[in-house]
This record gives sequence, C-alpha cells and structure tokens, in this order.
Amino acid sequence: MAPESDSAAAAGAAADPGADTPAGSPASPAPVSPYALEQGQRVDGFLLHERLHRGGMAALWDVTRDDVPIPAIMKIPLLGDDPTAIVGFEVEQMILPLLHGPHVPRWIGAGGFESLPYIVMEMLQGESLRGHLERVPLPADEVADLGARVAEALHDLHQQQVIHHDIKPSNIMFRQDGTAVLIDFGLARHDRLPDLLAEQFRLPMGTGPYISPEQVLHNRSDSRSDLFALGVILYYLATGERPFGAPTSVRGLRRRLYEEPVPPRARRADFPPWLQEVILRCLEVDPERRYATAALLAFDLTHPDAVVLTARAQAARRPPAWRRWQRSLRRMIRQPTVRSTTQQLNRAPIVVAALDLSQDWEALSDALRTAAGNVLLSAPEARLACVSVLKTNRMGMDTPVDESGAHRHVQRLVQLQHWARPLALPSGRVTFHVLESPDPAAALLDYANGNQVGHIVIGSRGSSSLKRYLGSVSTQVVAQASCSVTVVKVPAAERAARA
Amino acid sequence: MTIALLTDIHSNREALSACLAHAQDRGADQYILLGDYVGYGADPGWVMDTVMDLVDRGAIALRGNHDEAAGGTDDPRLNDDARLCIDWTRRRLTPAQGAFLRGLPFTAQDGSCLFVHANGWDPQGFEYILGPMQAARNMQVVRARITFCGHMHEPMLYHMGLTQRCEVFAPIPGTPIPLSAARRWLALPGSVGQPRDGNPAACYATFDEITNLLTFWRVPYDHESAARKVRAAGLPERYALQLLHGA
Repeated sequence: MAPESDSAAAAGAAADPGADTPAGSPASPAPVSPYALEQGQRVDGFLLHERLHRGGMAALWDVTRDDVPIPAIMKIPLLGDDPTAIVGFEVEQMILPLLHGPHVPRWIGAGGFESLPYIVMEMLQGESLRGHLERVPLPADEVADLGARVAEALHDLHQQQVIHHDIKPSNIMFRQDGTAVLIDFGLARHDRLPDLLAEQFRLPMGTGPYISPEQVLHNRSDSRSDLFALGVILYYLATGERPFGAPTSVRGLRRRLYEEPVPPRARRADFPPWLQEVILRCLEVDPERRYATAALLAFDLTHPDAVVLTARAQAARRPPAWRRWQRSLRRMIRQPTVRSTTQQLNRAPIVVAALDLSQDWEALSDALRTAAGNVLLSAPEARLACVSVLKTNRMGMDTPVDESGAHRHVQRLVQLQHWARPLALPSGRVTFHVLESPDPAAALLDYANGNQVGHIVIGSRGSSSLKRYLGSVSTQVVAQASCSVTVVKVPAAERAARA
Repeated sequence: MTIALLTDIHSNREALSACLAHAQDRGADQYILLGDYVGYGADPGWVMDTVMDLVDRGAIALRGNHDEAAGGTDDPRLNDDARLCIDWTRRRLTPAQGAFLRGLPFTAQDGSCLFVHANGWDPQGFEYILGPMQAARNMQVVRARITFCGHMHEPMLYHMGLTQRCEVFAPIPGTPIPLSAARRWLALPGSVGQPRDGNPAACYATFDEITNLLTFWRVPYDHESAARKVRAAGLPERYALQLLHGA
C-alpha cells in the first residue's frame, strides 16, 4: 500500500453495490464521461487546458474562464460504483464553498451530478508537504516550523466549525509565502450541517497511518482527531518512521487503541525532549489527554521553552507489553465527550493578559487579575499568556541590547510572574512574554494574531486629553483585534480612594 | 425564488404574524402552507382570513387533519381535548372559511419538490413521520427529490444517499443547509403555532430553489399573549401550557 497516495482517501467500504440512482431523479442533461474529456473542450464555460493529474479517485485539469481572475483547477471525481467516493465528493461540494481564508483553496464553482460532477477551485502555486517526506528525518526546528504552520491552518479550519478527518502529507500544501493550505474535504464534517458520512459505512474512514483511534471507532465529532493525525505526521517527519505503521486492515488500525508508539528518543537518543513531549501528547489515545486545540499545539511548537515536560518527554523505550492495558483502559474508562468544535475551542482559548507595568498601574493590576481569572474560570482548559511590551526608541531599533536593556527585560518577566502568582495557575497553563517594540498596540496585535489568541484582557487608564488625541493602546487593540477583547477599568470611586 | 414553508399554525395569530414578518424580511416570494391552520389556538378566524388572503395572492395551502375535522369530516383519531378545540373552532368559522377548508388539496408538486401535510405515501391517511423508518418509507415511495411535510411539530431533516440508508439530522436554526442533488431529502419545518420541543419560539423554514439552500428558523413571538387567549377562550389548559413551555 502506498499510504500517501490520493487513492488512500477512504478505507471505507462499498456498502450496497446494488444501489443506483434513486427513482424519480429529475429529468437531467446527458451525462458526460470524465474519461472522454479533451484539451480545448469547454465545461460550463471553463476551458480545459491540460490534464495535470489522474489518480484513482479524481482527475485534475488546469482550466480558465474569462470571469475567473486566478489560476484554477477543475477536480473531476472518477466515481465508479464506490458509494463512499460519491458521498465524499458530495461532502466536498457541500463544505468547500462555506470555507474561507488563506488556509483553504478558494472555491470557484461546481457541476452537478446530473451531467458531470466537478469542483473548480483556486490552483495552489506552492509545494506539498509530501515533498518533504523524501528528506526525513528532518531537524527538530524544521519539524516544529512545519507543524506550527499546519496547526495554525487546522485551528483556522476548526474555528470555521469543520473537522478535516483526513490530515496527511498529500492533503497539505504550502503557499509561496509558507502559509499551510488544507485540501481535499471529502471526509470532512461540518458541525452545523448533516454528516453525510455518518451513514453506517462498514469500515472506518480515514487513511491508514494517520487515522485517529476515535475515527477507528466511528466517532466523527472530535476536532482533536486532526491533532492526532498531525502528531503522526510530526513523528514521521522527525524520525522517518510511522508511529503506527501503515495498516490496511481494520485489525491493523485497531492496534493504535492499545499499543503505545515507540518514543522518538528510543530511535534517536539526541531527540529533543520537548518535541517528544509535544508529539506523544498528540498521539494520546484519549482525546482529552491531547492538546485541547490546534492553537495550543502551535503555541508549544513555536515556544519550545514554554513546553512543560512530563514523563512523556523522557521516555526512552516503549512501555512493556504488560502495561499496554493502560492505554486501552484510558480509552475505555472515558465515555467519548460530545462537544461541538466551537464548544471545544471555547473551552481552551489562549487568553492574553496585556500588562502595562509602567508607573501608577497598581490599581489596574488587581482589576486585571480579577478579570483574567474570570475568563479562565469559564474556560477550563484556557491558557494564559501574560504579555508586556517594553517600549523601545523608534530610532534605536538596531542598537544591540545593552546591559540595562537586558536588565529591564528580566525585570519585566519577574514582574509578570509576580502579577500572576495569586491566580495559582499550574505551570502548563501560564506563560510570560516580554515584547519589545516602539508601538505597544501593534506588538500586542501581532502577538495575538500570530498565536491564534482567543481573548485579550487589557486595561484602560481612563482618558487624558493626550490619549484622546493619540488614541490609547486599548482603543487600538479593540479596534483591530480579530478576537474578543475585555477592557478593564478601575471604578472611579476606587481610583479616587487610591489617589 | 425563496419559498417560505409554514405548517401547523393551529389558530395562533401571534406566531403566524411573527413568522410572516420574519419571512418577508428574508425576501420570501412564495408561501407554501402545509396544513393544520386551526385547532388548539384561540384565533381561528384571523388565521383563516390570513391564509385565504395569502392563497388569493398566489400561496399554496394544503389540507391537514385538523382542517379536515374543522371542515366537517370527523376524525376518530383526535383525542377528547383536540376534539373539544375542533368543535369550538367549527362554531367560529364563517361558511366561506369552512368551504375553503373543505376544498383544500392534499398535495402539491413543484419541480423536484413534493409538499404534503403528513407523508408522501398516503397523504390522506395522516400517518406520522416518527423517525427514520417512516422517513425511509416516504423517500422510497415519493418520486420527488425533496419532500416537505408538516404534522410532526419538531423541526427535522432526513436524507438518503446512494446506500439507501436514511439518516436524521436535527437542524440548527439560521444555518443554510445545501440539499445535495445526489441525495433525497425529507424536511419537517416544525410547527408555527404549537412548537413541542421545549422551545416556545415558532418554527418555519425557507428554501431557495436556485441555490438549493434550506434554512430552518426559530422565531420568538409573544407566546404569553397567545397562551392568555387560549385560557380566556376556555380551551383546555394544556394547550396554553404548551405555548408557554413549548412542550
């Protein structure tokens, strides 16, 4: 089996081979055979230029149409009699038009099942992650960089309430600027739409090496399934081996329900413990023990120093066979949690507390801590990032950090930790970051956007005439942030009492 | 063309006005009423006048079991309270309204859609679509690709692909659902005037024939006034409570 081939999209089985078109389909145009298409032909106005690919599942054509300003491809499924392939194409036709943003191909149009089913979408100019597989094992920093970009794309998809369910190298592309793009939504599930693949297909749907334990058990409603698949990719990129092999039978797929993967450090003694921690956490059999969101995974991959190391990080051999029951027990004792993707994401936002630690901030400090604490209370798996911006001189950007600069940086970190101490958060739930910038608002916004932050808590010191003229940091953050912002003020009476 | 699908209004003036205003705001240009205009509620006269006016202006109205009973055909399946409502209603209908109810058709067809009050296999028998079993029966018999039914007061969407297995989906209000042409669908918009799923807000749906998008809606309305009127009319208390609690 070639696990990365497009034809591996569904291990799903043919169900009722006798089923055909339902009675009474409306009178339809004559069907067109996808095999009879030729260069220069037009399909609904799209001019076919060159066939780029023909795999087992679909043919891809380079197409143009006068009203479409970007390079486009037409994906024409080669459906045959396989119901999963047909339903998969229906799913992609249903979900892709609803998706937006840089992490998915732009939708252009579709053809119905009456004559020739097809999807036309943006032609991606970049490379596939599959190309990187030839160079495995890759250095840790490169694995982390690739993984963080894919995790960012996954978080964006999950925010759109869609689970991909077939994350694998051939379904991940990179734009020329490095942005990861997810393709092939044939196994996807949208939280707010009927799951067309919920039909009782006999075999689990996914691709052998990457399919999550819960998908093997026919549970299609957990966004953390995509994090498991990404964990398999990271493991492979970092070690050159697949953690669960490339099984093709259901029995083979089920092994991941009870067999722990060999820790990467058992394969390479110099493997960084933090990366092992991250990868093995993705590969947990119980989704509750994985990262709660792709944003949290991306955060760890971009902040290796902030990764809290557990026993996972140090393991240098696979647990002995007699301990395998632990893994299967973890799966069995916990009933699968049923949460929508939105609920799952709302449980675990990255919350930024933006702390201006300069003069006369004590009054605000308490109010900010209370507000941040309240946000954390309502989101049991939230992670708090305490961020402060050291304002640098615009002109002195390129001067090296002198001794006093380094001192100020450390001083800020200490202050941040001091501020957070009363919240009594365990080390895995809080991190501290001192940014340096001449423009605090821009620095905070960059940080929030770069880390898929879900909520910003920021203070406002009331209005001086100067602030009204220049605009305060909190005003700018509120105006430009792409997430929710809580602006905290000190009540006037308290301010007066302190004055 | 956006079709508004309204069903099981049950003499509820407040709910019907709210849904009609909501549909108008969303650009509905065709109204299809799937039956049960009367029974349970306190405003049969106003509801019938409104329905007849809509039909004069091009709407399609179908016959439900309560309409049949109020129009004069006795329905042995109605329980005592429902029968009491029907007798109360009959005394309040004008001859023209009674004649209108007696003249209503059981089904209507438009392109790939079938509209019917209870089910497509026996429109005059008023059997319920209680779950995937009955939904599958409907989809196996009906030639149209999409069936719209009332009778069941809870919004629901059934679908069947090439594997001939019937799946059920509880629709999320306000989310347009693309009805794939490769699949058969059975949509129950839910009741305008007697919601019974624990949410007192009125149910209805819109369907865009060009884009194939079906949207289920929940419309909050002044259900306390509607319940008050049921009590004031001396109708059974349970029908007032159902409006207050949506169950």
